[in-house]
Amino acid sequence: MGIGIRIENLRKVFDTPPPMAAGGAGFSFAPVRKGPKKKTELVALDGVSFEIRAGEIFGLLGPNGAGKSTTIGILTTRTRPTSGRVFIGEFDVWQQQVEAKRLIGVVPQRPNLDFALTAREILTFHGAYFGQSSKVREQHADRLLEQFKLTDRATHMVRTFSGGMMQRLSIARAMMHDPEVLFLDEPSAGLDPQTRLLLWEIIREYNRQGKTIVLTTHYMDEADALCERLAIIDHGKIIAEGTPQGLKAAIPGGYIIRLRFNRVDAELTSELSAIGGVTQVRVLDETGADVYADRGGQLIGPIVNAAQDAGFEVHDVHISEPSLENLFLHHTGRSLRD
Amino acid sequence: MNWKTFFALLARDRHVVRRNLIPMLLQNLLQPLLFTFVFGRVMTASGMMPAAYKSMLLPGVMAISMVLAGVQAVAMPLITEFQFTREIEDRLLAPIEIGWLAVEKIVAGMIQAMFAGLVVIPAAWLLMGSGVHLDFGRPFEFLAVALLVALFSSSGGLALGCSVGQTQIGLMFSLVLAPMMMFGCAYYPWSALESFPVLHIAVLVNPLVYASEGLRGALVPNVPHMNTLVVIGALAVIDAGLLVLGLRKFRQKAVS
Ligand SMILES: Nc1ncnc2c1ncn2[C@@H]1O[C@H](COP(=O)(O)OP(=O)(O)OP(=O)(O)O)[C@@H](O)[C@H]1O
Ligand SMILES: [Mg+2]
Repeated sequence: MGIGIRIENLRKVFDTPPPMAAGGAGFSFAPVRKGPKKKTELVALDGVSFEIRAGEIFGLLGPNGAGKSTTIGILTTRTRPTSGRVFIGEFDVWQQQVEAKRLIGVVPQRPNLDFALTAREILTFHGAYFGQSSKVREQHADRLLEQFKLTDRATHMVRTFSGGMMQRLSIARAMMHDPEVLFLDEPSAGLDPQTRLLLWEIIREYNRQGKTIVLTTHYMDEADALCERLAIIDHGKIIAEGTPQGLKAAIPGGYIIRLRFNRVDAELTSELSAIGGVTQVRVLDETGADVYADRGGQLIGPIVNAAQDAGFEVHDVHISEPSLENLFLHHTGRSLRD
Repeated sequence: MNWKTFFALLARDRHVVRRNLIPMLLQNLLQPLLFTFVFGRVMTASGMMPAAYKSMLLPGVMAISMVLAGVQAVAMPLITEFQFTREIEDRLLAPIEIGWLAVEKIVAGMIQAMFAGLVVIPAAWLLMGSGVHLDFGRPFEFLAVALLVALFSSSGGLALGCSVGQTQIGLMFSLVLAPMMMFGCAYYPWSALESFPVLHIAVLVNPLVYASEGLRGALVPNVPHMNTLVVIGALAVIDAGLLVLGLRKFRQKAVS
């Protein structure tokens, strides 16, 4: 089976400052302001539509403030959309909240663990909320604590945990009730490289059981390594969607072929530029040149032939695939890390 | 309605309360009991207060303890859990309509308020020594009033907990709870205010007045007190209003 997700024309306008910055609304003796209230309107999502297929690992990629968490919030009943609809499986999330909540597990961007409980209790109570019997709860909790290497801290209060440990526990909790869809909002933030690899393995393993996984990230390598399909979001709009390979292939001249010759001169560069598919040739030094092209491997033959015909010798070839980084740059004109 | 989830939420609160039982009891009961000792024991033994004051005082102290216990049991955790750590989110994601989480908080608060009320009776009795005459001849009246007081305290806690930020907890105590306790007819009967006509009427907005007077009517009927039906009616209206307000605030706060 597996559960798919449909997002239809989602808009979210925040018209209040974030609740915390408001200093706890309601208990203020300031006189009620008359006239038009000064509202800070912030469009977080602006007509977002896409589909996530059952059983796939889907990535939502975008810079800070792009609207990733807002999208996840709406999909998980935590943020009310201004307009638009979202479906988890057959359930309209905002009409059938309870049914939708039963299908999902959520790892929020900031761990929101229940600080009044120990690590193990967090898992077992979570299982209890989802109606698990105490035997199942104990089994699952043991397995997940083991899997996330938290067994030795199981009976500690979580307020004594390090950030990475909280993050791990938060992921374990989301998997506790074996949800059909797992949402992970920047799951590897704050994890050391080793744990990050462990997490990737856990996510892939969970996905192999037919579960749908939705994750957000701003790490290119993570999206590349994990996701079957991606949507790139910026300023509340989807700017590209597809498989990582498909997206990369869509960038004109996305490939860089780095070449070493016995020597490089103007004759060579003009020969190379004439090859079909090459968009640009950049000379690096006396022996090196970069060829920007819309394909990779297929061009090696023509390049070698053209070089030999003109009397040059190819010493070394290195093809670098287009990266998502390039892709983002291509679509937004901005680097992802700025 | 998903009872399994509801009871699991309740079990979680019971677990947390048990872990913090002693500090919680101290927090809710120490102050009323100290007051009981000073006024019910020291002042009466020295003759500065008539001995009859003891019986009058006990239901008032019980009302205060119940209200403090219920309000704090619901409001304090809510205030923390709604802070930016959003600890409550795990429970908001439980497969149950989110209004039921608020109802669960209210039920948990009511249980704690009833517990505090029942602990205060023997404790205050012991503290005041001899001369307290309680009449348990009206169990249903007592139960009805006590339940309404418990509901008042916990739904009030819900409304406060969802409208007060962490930085305003002190303000909540000094601006809401302290005046409520002083003008709540807990330490004196409502009839004692007859010589202050304005105050006599003004305090009627204070729910604690009905709580104290109601418990007085149920436990020491020979002391002058408000008509029990009036008390029950007023408390029912207040409870309903706070419940609606609290639930609405909760929903607003739960979803961004
Ligand atoms: N509760 C809120 N109230 C007001 N504005 C908000 C709220 N939550 C988010 N926003 C705003 O909505 C926009 C999108 O935020 P969102 O958290 O979805 O970004 P993001 O893509 O998750 O970014 P990041 O990579 O930093 O997590 C931001 O401009 C943010 O300031
Ligand atoms: Mg985010």
